Amino acid sequence: MSAHTDTSLEHGDGHGHDDGVSHSTLKGYMTGFVLAVILTAIPFWLVMSGGFAKPTTTALVVLAFAAVQIVVHMIYFLHMNTKSEGGWNMLALIFTVVLVVITLSGSIWVMYHLNHNMMPSMMHDMKNLP
Amino acid sequence: MSDHPDLAKLIFGRLTWDAIPFHEPILLATFIAVLLGGVALLGVVTYYRLWGYLWREWFTSIDHKKIGIMYIVLGLVMLLRGFSDAIMMRLQQAISFGHSVGYLPPEHYDQIFTAHGVIMIFFVAMPLVTGIMNFVVPLQIGARDVAFPFLNNFSFWMTTSGAVLVMMSLFVGEFARTGWLAYPPLSGIAQSPDVGVDYYIWALQIAGVGTLLSGINLLATIVKMRAPGMPLMKMPIFTWTSLCTNVLIVAAFPVLTAVLALLALDRYAGTNFFTNDFGGNAMMYVNLIWIWGHPEVYILILPAFGIFSEVVSTFSRKRLFGYASMVYATVVITVLAYLVWLHHFFTMGSGASVNSFFGITTMIISIPTGAKIFNWLFTMYRGRITFEVPMLWTIGFMVTFAIGGMTGVLLAVPPADFSLHNSLFLVAHFHNVIIGGVLFGLFAGINYWFPKAFGFKLDPFWGKCSFWFWLVGFYFAFMPLYVLGLMGVTRRVSHFDDPSLQIWFQIAAFGALLIALGIASMIIQFVVSFRRRESLRDHTGDPWGGRTLEWSTSSPPPVYNFAFTPQVHDGDAWWQMKQHHYRRPLEGFLPIHMPKNTGAGIILAGISTVFGFAMIWQMWPLVVVSFLALLVVTIGHTFNYKRDYYIPADEVARVEASRTELLANHV
Repeated sequence: MSAHTDTSLEHGDGHGHDDGVSHSTLKGYMTGFVLAVILTAIPFWLVMSGGFAKPTTTALVVLAFAAVQIVVHMIYFLHMNTKSEGGWNMLALIFTVVLVVITLSGSIWVMYHLNHNMMPSMMHDMKNLP
Repeated sequence: MSDHPDLAKLIFGRLTWDAIPFHEPILLATFIAVLLGGVALLGVVTYYRLWGYLWREWFTSIDHKKIGIMYIVLGLVMLLRGFSDAIMMRLQQAISFGHSVGYLPPEHYDQIFTAHGVIMIFFVAMPLVTGIMNFVVPLQIGARDVAFPFLNNFSFWMTTSGAVLVMMSLFVGEFARTGWLAYPPLSGIAQSPDVGVDYYIWALQIAGVGTLLSGINLLATIVKMRAPGMPLMKMPIFTWTSLCTNVLIVAAFPVLTAVLALLALDRYAGTNFFTNDFGGNAMMYVNLIWIWGHPEVYILILPAFGIFSEVVSTFSRKRLFGYASMVYATVVITVLAYLVWLHHFFTMGSGASVNSFFGITTMIISIPTGAKIFNWLFTMYRGRITFEVPMLWTIGFMVTFAIGGMTGVLLAVPPADFSLHNSLFLVAHFHNVIIGGVLFGLFAGINYWFPKAFGFKLDPFWGKCSFWFWLVGFYFAFMPLYVLGLMGVTRRVSHFDDPSLQIWFQIAAFGALLIALGIASMIIQFVVSFRRRESLRDHTGDPWGGRTLEWSTSSPPPVYNFAFTPQVHDGDAWWQMKQHHYRRPLEGFLPIHMPKNTGAGIILAGISTVFGFAMIWQMWPLVVVSFLALLVVTIGHTFNYKRDYYIPADEVARVEASRTELLANHV
């Protein structure tokens, strides 16, 4: 909402210019665009050509490219760097990454152990125990 | 309808006359009572010609103070609904033994405990917490409003829209019978083919939009709009806890949205995320919903901790003991809140390594919480304590919450949890921390900031009645449940065979009755205070000898909060200003730039309610129409350029001069 320009004026921020936000330039956008295209094309080619023998390897490589893609988007399209918004962006990013890692790895860990303990084959083994 | 079954089905979807519970006498009586009450209320509003006033001054208001008050009203109204569910359950369990089956059939009882949980968490605790944050945070940081004032209004109405859908389920169709987190496969389409779970999903999704947006809004407000001279480590502690709570909201609620969306896909589109077939895994739902659910617990309790901190330091006439440790404890809780979710399902079968990890993290989280308790105690130590009502709630909290915390650590031990899981011991534990922590904190906050919001204090006598009824009632209602839980009685049971258990349930029902008196006392307190408002009037704006900036402005604050943005020099900014004989500026006022009211929020939320209702009953044409209407109104609102106005300097000078006169006459 634009309605709060007065407060931001009083607080001396709220306007991107003195916040250390990198300016958007055609060069920046083009670099980002080309990188994004390359980072999309390679996984596409990998999948279509069946580059690796094991699908797991392909999946991991595609995921790695996706992670790099996220970084490219953040730097070139969202103009984030370590200093933008007085460091708040970086802090928020670190927090988000920590949470995403906890959520994903935690869920995988929990579900893996659950599968391991509760699968019918295991139940069967336990029944056969002396 | 019956002439053209296909057409009726297209328009009304699953909705038929059967959905109205004519055959349930309890529901029918409630419905008639609500209808009469509603008509009476609407009649009164119309008779006194209040519609225009309500619309202009409240419904379309984007003043954070009014929105905060509306959130609290919503929370208190829903508290009455949630509590009637509670007392119905207590009554049923007290009488339903042996040959007596009680007065509630099981399918009705199941809806009641589900609705009780959903309402108390999402539509009582959340609105009350958000309301107090909304009201207090901008005042504490010396801002004139929140960062996105229109969004604030929209968030409030979306929350209300969710509440309306839950209330509708009482009389049109039915509510979920699944427990408050709607675990599949029970909440899947195969086990719950009716609309109950759909009401649950859409009410929470719509209210969730409001919660998430208000989280973003308050986060931006605290980060960007603090008064000059207020770095993070000089923020009032309530603002700190609000900051952490909103970080938790922004990070956690998308998980809830996603998991409910997946459940909705399972139910509507026949996908198999959480079914037993085709590789679906119901356990994943449990895992995901608790990744939201555990942070949610801290979303509720952290602001309560902030309120207690403000109250303790104000009524002990002392600076808060260990401010920095309080802040670090809050931040540590914020991060640890994401590392403990599995303790809600130790018995699911993840095994010893996983369970011990989450058991230990759970025990660790009690350390920063314990540190906070000691900080409050040391703040009180050698302080000049005055036992006003907010302070009573705080002391009641410290005793009660310590017990709840200890039973929590008991439950955190996985082997113990295996025998206590899903028992009444667990029910007693979380009521112990949510009532003893969150609710006591909110009541302390309401009593503490009420004079700021309305310009007169709440009547202390009825406040004390309310406190004692609640406190004693709580112990009567929940201590028996601990005992029953240790005996192995499970939750969510509507009938018992063992007569030796009955006495405990009867004691619990007596406790619920005391709590009812506590709630009644609170309502009486509001009425009595309103009638005695002249003698309870707060002319100074600082009725308690406060320490933070909200007490530096008048009660109630002017629309613009502060004529000049305050300059902060100290953590207890207002206290420091008083010590240095701060004088209000009396001239040199400038025009103040303010946001303008808009009806877009309530209109959008109204259409969302229709959309949610249409999705629940699968009225596809209405779904399409209401969705298009949502888009049109949203886009239309972006063309509204009349969003701001200036309060002329003369007007500011006039308001400030009248306050100067008031202060001169009364101080």
